Amino acid sequence: MSAAATLPTWTPLTMWYSDGWTVTKRNLTKLKRSPDMLVFAVIQPIMFVLLFSQVYGGAIQVQGTDYTQFLMAGIFAQTVVFGSTFSGSAMAQDLKEGIIDRFRSLPMSGSAVLIGRTNSDLVLNTISMVIMMLTGLVVGWRVNSSFPEFMAGVGLLLLFSYSFSWVMALLGMMVKTPEVINNASFLILFPLTFISNAFVPSDTLPDPLRLFAEWNPVSSLVQAARELFGNVGTAPVPDIWTMQHPILTVLIGVSVMLVVFVPLCIRKFASISSR
Amino acid sequence: MSIIEATGLTKTCKSKSGPVHALAGLDLAVPRGTVKALLGPNGAGKTTVVKMLTTLIRPDAGRAIVDGINVVEDPKTVRRVIGVSGQYAAVDENLTGFENLEMVGRLYHLGGTAARRRAHELIDLFDLTEAGNRPVKGFSDGMRRRIDLAGALVINPKILFLDEPTTGLDPRSRLALWGVIKQLVTDGTTVLLTTQYLEEADQLSDDIAVIDDGRVIAEGTSDQLKAQIGGHRVVVALIDAGDAAAAREVLGRHGDGEPTVSGDGRGIEVAVGDGPRALQRVLADLGAAGIGLHDAGMRRPTLDDVFLKLTGHVADKTADADATDTKLEKVT
Ligand SMILES: Nc1ncnc2c1ncn2[C@@H]1O[C@H](COP(=O)(O)OP(=O)(O)O)[C@@H](O)[C@H]1O
Ligand SMILES: [Mg+2]
Repeated sequence: MSAAATLPTWTPLTMWYSDGWTVTKRNLTKLKRSPDMLVFAVIQPIMFVLLFSQVYGGAIQVQGTDYTQFLMAGIFAQTVVFGSTFSGSAMAQDLKEGIIDRFRSLPMSGSAVLIGRTNSDLVLNTISMVIMMLTGLVVGWRVNSSFPEFMAGVGLLLLFSYSFSWVMALLGMMVKTPEVINNASFLILFPLTFISNAFVPSDTLPDPLRLFAEWNPVSSLVQAARELFGNVGTAPVPDIWTMQHPILTVLIGVSVMLVVFVPLCIRKFASISSR
Repeated sequence: MSIIEATGLTKTCKSKSGPVHALAGLDLAVPRGTVKALLGPNGAGKTTVVKMLTTLIRPDAGRAIVDGINVVEDPKTVRRVIGVSGQYAAVDENLTGFENLEMVGRLYHLGGTAARRRAHELIDLFDLTEAGNRPVKGFSDGMRRRIDLAGALVINPKILFLDEPTTGLDPRSRLALWGVIKQLVTDGTTVLLTTQYLEEADQLSDDIAVIDDGRVIAEGTSDQLKAQIGGHRVVVALIDAGDAAAAREVLGRHGDGEPTVSGDGRGIEVAVGDGPRALQRVLADLGAAGIGLHDAGMRRPTLDDVFLKLTGHVADKTADADATDTKLEKVT
């Protein structure tokens, strides 16, 4: 306590920053020490890129572009969406292991654990993204847009994964065990990513699925990334507002997720305790 | 004024078999600089009280003031002055012991240098050198427990909360921890600890609150609690279990209330008002009846006896076994 008194006075802002960073560092150390998650985050996207571009790619025709060009944005989106679920299972894991009780008994910023969680998962997703892009380049994917557009595309994908992490973190605090969140997110995210325009143009799908795919938010994310990377073919874009303005749609979606789920997460965190 | 003051704490939890009253109007006051033990069996509500006082869960009703601060209204200020070690070790499995303690120091806002210095001190104090530089994962529960306890002492807290701190520790670590706690108290720290071990409450605390079913059912120093159930107990150990019925009748004649017979049928004891006198009479009558004895004597009641008297059930299997072990040694 005497040490605290001799330090420069803490303001809520410096405290928030310092605590958030301390927890981020803790999570990254964890990632480094148990690399199975890291390996998964690297291997899985490579496998998906190779599987779809090399195995199925030959059989899938996309109007006006080569399948690999079409595919990559879809795989990016799918990977970042799935990557965000890690925030949920990690929160559930921390709760189960009891470390949350330690954090909650300390005079730290009330959002620091969540900030640290979503930050470190953003790092994980960024690593996945870089690996996927390199793999993509190897199998012939090319960016056909300007550098700023490319960066905007990357930023949009990561922003989406970041805000989706908050949604998953809330779920992670509501379930009893990490397994629940893993199974549940698989059940929800599998259709959300596969019944979309990520791997095939949505107009090739049978009617009910096509409708779902067209309104699917993941489709907007994919469409936005395709546009920003210059990978759209000449296939008609569905005549719905969300697909006609995919970037704006994603930005609105991201804002809504953050505005709704950040406060919900902070409030939930203030009342959770292990066991 | 007491440094911890709780009145009417209530908490109802949902469970499969309907609502459970984890706390049913619990009152507690701990004077500054003293050690209070919450003594109770599993499920009594000890952990729930500790979690409330350390801001982890909110009471459904009632009020808790810690160091003059309301725990519900201003939890963050409370957290600045307390150290907590919960019933289950709250450590990060992937960090080393040192990293765990440094992280806690940083989150108390000691700053990096002071946090590291303090972590080193605690590693020495708790004999954690081995776990200092390797991830906690893979170490024994006792080691984890000690890291968690060290985490509670990263600042020199005004008030230290320890929920069953020695459960799962080997006897040596337990004694070492008792030493640390006694030292802290000498330095002015207030301690609230929970335990199922009657001996521990007796050893460490100034004052004991016996808890059962979410309420304090008795309170006082261990001597006061013992006095509540009468002066002494006369204890005899028979050579032949076949004499139990006859011996029981003799003890019953000279004691207050029903004698109790221990598990193997050879130990019999009864509460008495005047110990020495009752012992003389019992021995004389047993001798006259030709009943052979291994051992005989009288003892002060233990907290086990207190618990049995207050609640009608034994505190806990472990605690009960401990008491049986020491029963005849304590005969004076
Ligand atoms: N989160 C909870 N959900 C359901 N029941 C609970 C919960 N927390 C405590 N209880 C119940 O409340 C009672 C008191 O629990 P606890 O405070 O853990 O007791 P102790 O620490 O003395 O063993 C027990 O019957 C327990 O099952
Ligand atoms: Mg308990």
